[in-house]
Amino acid sequence: MGVGTFFTSRLDAAIGWARKYSIFQYPFITACCGMEYMAVACSHYDIDRFGAGLPRFSPRQADVLFVVGTISHKMAPVLKRVYDQMTEPKWVVAFGVCTCTGGFYNNYATVQGIDTIIPVDVYIPGCPPRPESVIDGLMKLQDRIAAQVQRF
Amino acid sequence: MAEPTRREFVLGEGGGTGGGSQNLLVGLGPSHPAMHGIIRIAAELDGETIVRADVEIGYLHRAFEKDCEVGGWNNAIPYTDRLNYVSPLINNFGYCAAVEKLLGIEVTERCKYIRVIMSEISRVCDHLTCIGATAMELGAFTAFLYMIKAREYLWELVEDVTGARLTISYGRVGGVKADLPDGLAGKARNAFKETREVLDEVHRLLTGNRIFVDRMVGIGALTREETIAYAITGPMLRAVGVPYDVRRARPYDVYDRLEWVIPTQQDGDNYARYLVRIAEMEQSMRIVEQALAMIPGGPINVDAEGRPIDPAAYVDRGKQGKTEGLLLVPITLSPNLEGQARAELARVSVGDKRVVLPPKANTYGSIEGLMNHFMLIMDGYGIRPPQGEAYVPVEGANGELGFYVVSDGSDRPYRVRCRPPCLPPMAALHRMIEGEMVADLVPTFGSVNMIGGELDR
Amino acid sequence: MDGAAILERVRARFGPGVVDTHDHHGDHTAVVTRDVLLSVLAWCRDEPALAFDMLTDLTAVDYLQYPGREDGPRFEVVYQLYSVPHNHRLRVKVRVEEDAAVVPSAVALWPIANWLEREVWDMFGVRFQGHPDPRRLLMYEEFVGHPLRKDYPIDRRQPLIGPGT
Repeated sequence: MGVGTFFTSRLDAAIGWARKYSIFQYPFITACCGMEYMAVACSHYDIDRFGAGLPRFSPRQADVLFVVGTISHKMAPVLKRVYDQMTEPKWVVAFGVCTCTGGFYNNYATVQGIDTIIPVDVYIPGCPPRPESVIDGLMKLQDRIAAQVQRF
Repeated sequence: MAEPTRREFVLGEGGGTGGGSQNLLVGLGPSHPAMHGIIRIAAELDGETIVRADVEIGYLHRAFEKDCEVGGWNNAIPYTDRLNYVSPLINNFGYCAAVEKLLGIEVTERCKYIRVIMSEISRVCDHLTCIGATAMELGAFTAFLYMIKAREYLWELVEDVTGARLTISYGRVGGVKADLPDGLAGKARNAFKETREVLDEVHRLLTGNRIFVDRMVGIGALTREETIAYAITGPMLRAVGVPYDVRRARPYDVYDRLEWVIPTQQDGDNYARYLVRIAEMEQSMRIVEQALAMIPGGPINVDAEGRPIDPAAYVDRGKQGKTEGLLLVPITLSPNLEGQARAELARVSVGDKRVVLPPKANTYGSIEGLMNHFMLIMDGYGIRPPQGEAYVPVEGANGELGFYVVSDGSDRPYRVRCRPPCLPPMAALHRMIEGEMVADLVPTFGSVNMIGGELDR
Repeated sequence: MDGAAILERVRARFGPGVVDTHDHHGDHTAVVTRDVLLSVLAWCRDEPALAFDMLTDLTAVDYLQYPGREDGPRFEVVYQLYSVPHNHRLRVKVRVEEDAAVVPSAVALWPIANWLEREVWDMFGVRFQGHPDPRRLLMYEEFVGHPLRKDYPIDRRQPLIGPGT
C-alpha cells in the first residue's frame, strides 16, 4: 500500500467517523409512526446519545431524511421535492412498514414503498417500529455512513 | 408617466409600478416545521395579518373506509387503530360497539370496565401529546419532554395490557383480546403518580407563564353558536361552555356508575381549550382509579393466608428465601401472552359462538372448538350481523367519534363510516385564524389537535 | 323527546314527503324525498321542540351490490342530526339515482356541511346543488373517478409521480 492510499483511506475513516455522529435529520412525519418518532426523540430513548438529536426542519440543513409514516399519492410529489432540496451527502431512512412497502394499505391511495420514488438507505420495518428497532436502524445507518467512500 | 419613487417601487405604495399594496399569498405545509400534521394552508396575508385562509387536507388519505369493506368484521380493527393513533383504544371500542349494536349483543361486565379503563388511559395520552406539542411549538420544549415522559409511563401500562405500545388492536367484537394482567392497579397507581407530578410541573411552567398566556389568551376563539354550527365537539366545545360529553349524554359501558365532572370554560380560545384538557386528564385518572377499584371478578394472586400480593413482592419473597406456603399459591400467566385459557376469556368476552373465537385449548382440543374456530375464520363465514345499519358515538379524545356501519348480512362490512372528531375543527380552522397574525396560527393549530389519520382516514 | 315522537312529528308535518321511517337498533331514521329534504332539515333545525342544531355527520352509502337493492336508487345520502339542548338524535336519509345524483346543499343551514359535502362528492360522486365550493376534499384534482363507489376497484392507482404515471 502506497503512502497516498494510506492517507486517503485514513482520511475517509476519520470523516466517516465524524459524519456518523453528527446526523442532522429532517423528520418527514406524516402518520402514526410520528408518535414513536416522538418517543425515540424524547428522554426515555433519547437518540441524542447517537448524535442524531437535532431535527432540522429545513431540507437544506439536513443530511438524513427520516420518512416517518404512510406516503399517499397526494403526498408523493412533496416528498420527492423535499428529497431533491437536500444537499449531498444525504441518506434516507424508511421508518415504518408503510414507507418500506406500503404496509397493509394496499389500496388506491397509498404509495407502495417510498423506494419507488426516492432511493432508500435503511429500512426499519414495524407498524410502527419499537424505539429499540429505530435505534438499531440508526446504528446500521451510522455503520453505512462510516464505511462508505466519503465525498467532500 | 413619472418615475416611481424608490419607496413606491420597493413597497408597492401609491400609484407606482406596484399599483398599491398587494396581499401576499403564502403556502404553509404540507411539510412545515410548525405543523405536526400534514395539511396545507394557503394564507393570504396583509402585512402579518391573515386575511383569508384556505385549508387543504387529504395528504394522509389511506382509504380506511374502503379497506374495511375488503376484510371481515374483525379485520377492520387494525385499521381503526390507525385512525386516531394517539388514542387507538377508543377507536377500537367505538367500532366494536357499533358492530355489537348490529348484532344485538352486550359485552360482559368486566369487559365494560376494561374498556372504560383503557379508553381513559388513552385519553390522558392524547391530551398529553396535544398539550406537549402545542407547548413545543411555542418554544416550551421542556413541557414537551416532560409530557412525553409521562406518556411513556402510561404506554407501559398499555403495553402491559395489550402487548403493543401504539397500534394495539385490543378490542374484539364481543369483548377484548385478553384480560387485564395481574398487578395492573398497582402499576397504574405508580404511573398516575408520575403523571400527576408531570402535570403539576407543567402547570407551574405554563399556566401562568407570560409568554404562553400572551400567545394563547384570546387567540383562535370561536363563539358558542359557531362552534355548534360547525359540529365541533369534545374539549373545544366544552371550552365555550357547553357541557356536552357523549359519556354523559348517552352513557355507554359503565360511565354512569362512576363519579366525574365535565370541565368547562367560557372563553372558547386556545387558553380555555388548554385548561379544559388539563382538567380532563385529572378526571380521566379519577375514572380509571374508580373503575379499577370496582371492576368485578379479576384474577388475584393471594398468599398462603389469603391476602392479595403483587407479583413483584412475590419475587422478592422468593429471593429472600421465604418460600413457606408458596406452592399453595396458584400461578397465573400474563393473559395477553400465554394465559388465554377458558376462564380468562370467559370473563372478558361474550360466550356467543357466532362472534367470539373459542379459547385455544378448545380449538386444539375438541372438534366443536375447531369447527367453531373455522366458522369464524374461513373466507365466506365469519361474523355475520343481520342486515341493517347502526350509528354509535363514543367520546374520543377530540370529541364525538362515531361509527356508522351498514351490514348486508354477509361476513364483510358493507360500509364503515367513521365520523372523525377532528374534521369539524379543521373545517372551522379558517374562521379561527382569519383576522389574526401568522404567528397565531401555530398555537391555534396546536389546540385543534389535528390527527391526520382520522382527519383524512 | 324520544325518537318515536320525533318521527311522528316529522311524518305529520311532511306527509308524503316522508318515504319511510324505521328505528332499527334504536336509531330513529326518516327517509325523505329529495324535494322536501331541505325543508325537512331546516324545520328540524328551527323547530324549538326539535332544535337539531348540530349536523353531526353527513355521508353516503352506495347500494350497488346490496342484496335486494341492486336496481333501486343507487345512493343514499345520510344526515346524522343531534340536538345539544334536547340531547336527542335523528337520522335523515335521501335516496338518489345514479344518473341524477344531485342533492340540494345544506351549507346554508350548517357550515360544516361544506366540507362533508365536498367529501361525499369526492368519494361517491354525488353532487350538491348550490354548493359554494364544489372541489374534491381528500383526493387530488388529477384523480379520476370516485373511490368509495362499489365499482371502483380498491387497487386502481393513479399516481402523480413514480411508476405507473
